[in-house]
Amino acid sequence: MSTHFSSRTPKTRDSLSLSRLLGILRIDNNLLRLLVITVAIFVVMSLLRPHPFLTLRNFRSMSYQFPELGILSIAMMLAMLTGGIDLSVVGTANLAGILAAKLLTTLSPEAAGGHIALLILGAIFVALGIGILCGIFNGFLVAKIGIPPILATLGTMQLYTGIALVITKGYAVLGYLEQFLFIGNGVLWIFPVPLILFVLVAFIFAMVLSKTVFGFYLFMLGTNATAARFSGINNTLVLLKTYLLSGFLAGLAGIIVIARTNSAKADYGTSYVLQAVLVCVLGGINPSGGFGTVSGLVLAILSLQFLSSGFNMLRFSNFFKEFIWGLVLLLVMVINYLSTLYQSRRQLQKTREAIAEVSGGK
Amino acid sequence: MSEDFLVVKNVSKSFAGIQALKKVNLVIRRGEVRCLVGENGSGKSTLIKIIAGVEAPDEGEIIIGGKSFRRLYPIDAIREGIQIIYQDFSLFPNLTAAENLAFNYLLQKKQRSVNWKDVQKIAREAMKNIDVTIDLNRRVEELPVADKQLVAISRALLHNARLIIMDEPTTALTRKEVRSLFQVITKLQREGISVLFVSHKLDEILEISERVTILRNGQNVADGDRSEFDRNKLIFHMTGREIEETRYQYVPRHSSETPLLRVDGLSRQGSFANVSFCVYPGEIVGITGLLGSGRTELAMALFGLKPATRGEIYLNGKHIHIRNVQDAIRHGIGYVPEDRLTEGLFLPQSIGNNMVASVIARLKKKMGIIDPQKRDHHIERWIKTLKIVTPSPTLPVRSLSGGNQQRVVLAKWLTTNPKVLILNGPTVGVDIGSKTDIHHIIRNLAQEGIGAVIISDDIPEIIQNCNRILLMRRGRIVEEFSGDQITEEELARKMIGGDGSEPVSSEMAFV
Repeated sequence: MSTHFSSRTPKTRDSLSLSRLLGILRIDNNLLRLLVITVAIFVVMSLLRPHPFLTLRNFRSMSYQFPELGILSIAMMLAMLTGGIDLSVVGTANLAGILAAKLLTTLSPEAAGGHIALLILGAIFVALGIGILCGIFNGFLVAKIGIPPILATLGTMQLYTGIALVITKGYAVLGYLEQFLFIGNGVLWIFPVPLILFVLVAFIFAMVLSKTVFGFYLFMLGTNATAARFSGINNTLVLLKTYLLSGFLAGLAGIIVIARTNSAKADYGTSYVLQAVLVCVLGGINPSGGFGTVSGLVLAILSLQFLSSGFNMLRFSNFFKEFIWGLVLLLVMVINYLSTLYQSRRQLQKTREAIAEVSGGK
Repeated sequence: MSEDFLVVKNVSKSFAGIQALKKVNLVIRRGEVRCLVGENGSGKSTLIKIIAGVEAPDEGEIIIGGKSFRRLYPIDAIREGIQIIYQDFSLFPNLTAAENLAFNYLLQKKQRSVNWKDVQKIAREAMKNIDVTIDLNRRVEELPVADKQLVAISRALLHNARLIIMDEPTTALTRKEVRSLFQVITKLQREGISVLFVSHKLDEILEISERVTILRNGQNVADGDRSEFDRNKLIFHMTGREIEETRYQYVPRHSSETPLLRVDGLSRQGSFANVSFCVYPGEIVGITGLLGSGRTELAMALFGLKPATRGEIYLNGKHIHIRNVQDAIRHGIGYVPEDRLTEGLFLPQSIGNNMVASVIARLKKKMGIIDPQKRDHHIERWIKTLKIVTPSPTLPVRSLSGGNQQRVVLAKWLTTNPKVLILNGPTVGVDIGSKTDIHHIIRNLAQEGIGAVIISDDIPEIIQNCNRILLMRRGRIVEEFSGDQITEEELARKMIGGDGSEPVSSEMAFV
């Protein structure tokens, strides 16, 4: 599921093996490192607390916990790939969730009987629609008005949360239809529904990023917006679409949240914003844009989930979670820095040799 | 006191197994203007760094004013009077010119407060050394490039410089500014200060230098008085091959042919006014003029980056509107921008991605999914056609040399199969070998029926490659020449504007 454009293997005959080597090594080093880290954490936790950690129950509980953050992280990732950021993802999710919850709670008595499916579908549409609207507004501020994304979405984060607060007056909106809660708590065969949704979203966005023209533009725009404009890429449109999709995913996360917790609150999960940034950076998304893969992000969120579940089982206080996550992030940064330094030296050497070979061989 | 101020003897240096310098020698006499010449990657920069004490040589010796150094440190170099003016000038952009000049003096005095009168005095005297006046109280970032350079030079003189090394000093200067830089250099020389002028611009080398040292692949290949060299000899030594400088021969096909591109009365407030010209298939039309003459703005208007506000554009006789870049590309106009690094390329992205960035929208199957075969076909085809030297198209484009990078930019447009290709400074920062290759590519494209427009102030480039030359001044086309009708000297004089005394950028009058 490598979503990197450059990971395509070239078909130039005379340089096939070499380019494979260079191309794949370069891309997959980061992923490989993440994979090693994820597996290492998993193994350590399994060894330390085999009983609760290696049980089906634990896996199931983990797979209810991380999809929300996972989807929000993918929303964040889209904005970060363009060199921006979307601080409003949680605000959007909550606003979308609250409006869907309002619909569910106010209409359910009348609509009960026969129209339940319609009502639930309506609630989903409302949430996704609100997500899209919030996203378009972000995109408008960033792409049309030209406000730096960090400021634009800081503003809309407050705005969306504010609207949600006004609507709910600060109270939680509680009590939905049994059938709706299935989205957050249900199981299909042995897989929890939120996990299935996350896998779907991850797969679709991996494809969008790596295989479509839009994905290509996103990476190019994130690498160099000026060159993108000079290449005929409609930056405004690409940015608008990006923030729209980010809002859409936030709306989806909003549905999962209210269906899982059976309540909608304006201030739910505010710490998710920075955690999503953390997941992205850990997953190798370049904060200045242009580089990153969904697979990296998935590994990042898995390793963080293993860590926090594991620490829970080691009977560490829950307060340790943040501390450990911060530590992990810093550690990975340092490792990344050192290994990039080492690699770029070797890469330079190799490239020079290869170029000398190619130009000498003619 | 010996005549030689600086002697570099048998200096070698290698980085990570790559030999950058092999037993290089260089002698600079007192009060001499010496040119250090070589293509990109020939070892010029490494040699400068060794003279500055930034890099230590693996072997060899450096003798400054009779004192021998095995290992030279930057502080030694400065103490011995060696000052380097780098391309970025290393000034503090947010301080005024005066503050920049007085900075070191004030540091040495170790006072806690600043005496602003002293600052002004030091700065004024520094500028007097080179007989120029600039506004000392403006912040350096607001100064034109040429003035920044003068500030850097006079700052170097404040450090009792005996040798000033100028690294590609004319890159961002207009012809007129180059002239006044040369006057400053001559003045320095009269005061017994040596200048090492590092460049690959042939005309400037032949004009300013007394003696020339040429490096190629890290070795001395030629050394001697300027009188021993001419353009062709310089090129031969720099590239190691004979490069013939021929002129482009345009053969009109049919006399009744409609022009590929016809521009009629094109204007944009504050940039250019009432511009009209035609480009026929197979033509290479040169548009030249000084910086600020409107040449770049005209190109940007034709490409939809800053659309024209008045006037008509016809393509193949059909009236078209260009409101944005997408319009221009749809109608078959390509644009190789002035600044390859920021406008032309996605440096960390792969060579392949760079090549298909403009055509990718045409390579999709259903649902916006890219057809990988078509994409790879384009990449392979143009790597081969343009002879881009790389082991793999998946490497970042940053790993390529300047000439190869420029070919990637060309490829980006050629994939779109353009009818008209506008090239703004197509060979800036490209070494001579690649420069000739790129000129050949453009000529071949024209012969295949593309209409090419070269925008450049590189006079030999324009004269050799364009069958028709339009001269712009103050946003208007003021004259038109046929390529074989005008000499380099004539064109240079006309570019500055007759007697050369006219102010360039002031009072631009537009409709």
